[in-house]
Amino acid sequence: MLTKRIIPCLDIKNGRTVKGVNFVDLRDAGDPVELAQIYADKGADELVFLDISATEEKRKTLADLVYHVAEKVNIPFTVGGGISSVADVDMLLQNGADKVSINSSAVKRPELINELVAKFGSQCIVVAIDAKLIDGYWKVHLVGGKVPTDIDLFKWAKEVEERGAGEILFTSMNHDGTKGGFANKALAKLSTLVNIPVIASGGAGAISHFTDTFTDGKADAALAASIFHFKEIEIKDLKQQLQKEGIPVRL
Amino acid sequence: MKIVIIDYGAGNIQSIKFAIQRLGFKAHLTNDVQEIQNADKVIFPGVGEASSAMKKLTGSGLDKVIPHLKQPVLGICLGMQLMCHSSEEGNTKGLGIFDLDVVRFPLSVKVPQIGWNQISDLKSDLFRNIPETSHIYLVHSFYAPIGKETIATSEYALPYSAALGKDNFYGTQFHPEKSSAVGAHILQNFLDLR
Repeated sequence: MLTKRIIPCLDIKNGRTVKGVNFVDLRDAGDPVELAQIYADKGADELVFLDISATEEKRKTLADLVYHVAEKVNIPFTVGGGISSVADVDMLLQNGADKVSINSSAVKRPELINELVAKFGSQCIVVAIDAKLIDGYWKVHLVGGKVPTDIDLFKWAKEVEERGAGEILFTSMNHDGTKGGFANKALAKLSTLVNIPVIASGGAGAISHFTDTFTDGKADAALAASIFHFKEIEIKDLKQQLQKEGIPVRL
Repeated sequence: MKIVIIDYGAGNIQSIKFAIQRLGFKAHLTNDVQEIQNADKVIFPGVGEASSAMKKLTGSGLDKVIPHLKQPVLGICLGMQLMCHSSEEGNTKGLGIFDLDVVRFPLSVKVPQIGWNQISDLKSDLFRNIPETSHIYLVHSFYAPIGKETIATSEYALPYSAALGKDNFYGTQFHPEKSSAVGAHILQNFLDLR
């Protein structure tokens, strides 16, 4: 049986792991390669590396990091942050990334999704969507959630699927950093609307939040950062509890 | 031991190379026919779309070479699918090593299947000391049905072949190089084959 995935997210800046609270205030939480290996050993199903400084940094730093992670880690990982061209993706995949996630660049130029899918296949193209609930509408936000748009989350998600993306990573900016649970209502709607896997992100603070997002939110995978980095929840405990509640996990 | 990974421009070969390296061996990337024929073990990777991958293979003449190899050959993911008779993806004629036609998953489930599923009904030395229902990592939209060459099964909407085997040819739909300790063990078993 296909299991629900638990995905620690490592925010990267200048080659180090950081986690923003509501995307601002950054804290240092270690060496990415070492942390990745620890998570793989602890039972993480997948990892996401998000280079939040990608636009300011040289691409080479990220490519080097990807190479070193791929060398050590025996579970799949996705790389995102500032990726905007076929050449960017080519370099990351060549260095050993399994998937890449694109965000703002896809909103600005949706054809990028088609181009990447045609060249590399759906299986490695994740489209990340940051959205915020404003006056009853989920509006897509750009540049790490800083810039609002008028684009509707669900319309955009459907378009992303039609253009061939393999997966959607949805972050609710209303929930991110709050530790109050995932945006399950929006997630359930999203997961029913599209026929590709949906990764829930933003709001994880307790084990029950994962149970809720896999049941009520119909999520295929759940991503979290600080609760794992600061050992508030151990992945093994989380998975054992999920299994007890009848949710299929890899133990 | 000489291990080669067939480099035909359609695969995440870096990961496989690193996985072999973690087992203490060195794998060589090549598209040189003689080097492939002289290797002790051949790994045939593949990701992406079937018809364009097959075109690359025929373009380099490797489609004529692979089916006649005598040493253990392991196709991974799309590599395994291309070893089949045909694939529905891009209406592709395969290498015909395995007598199966690859088809798309039904729309009753999310496609692609992404994540960790379980393998059962394990046969062949490829799965020596691997427990039934072990978890492995897969990413795919198309699958090979169950047939007489099936050496591991899995289930997603319906039962399908998680691995195939015939004579010296093996194929896994899953990615052993990304399947944690279980995957590493399966790769080690492949390297141990004679």
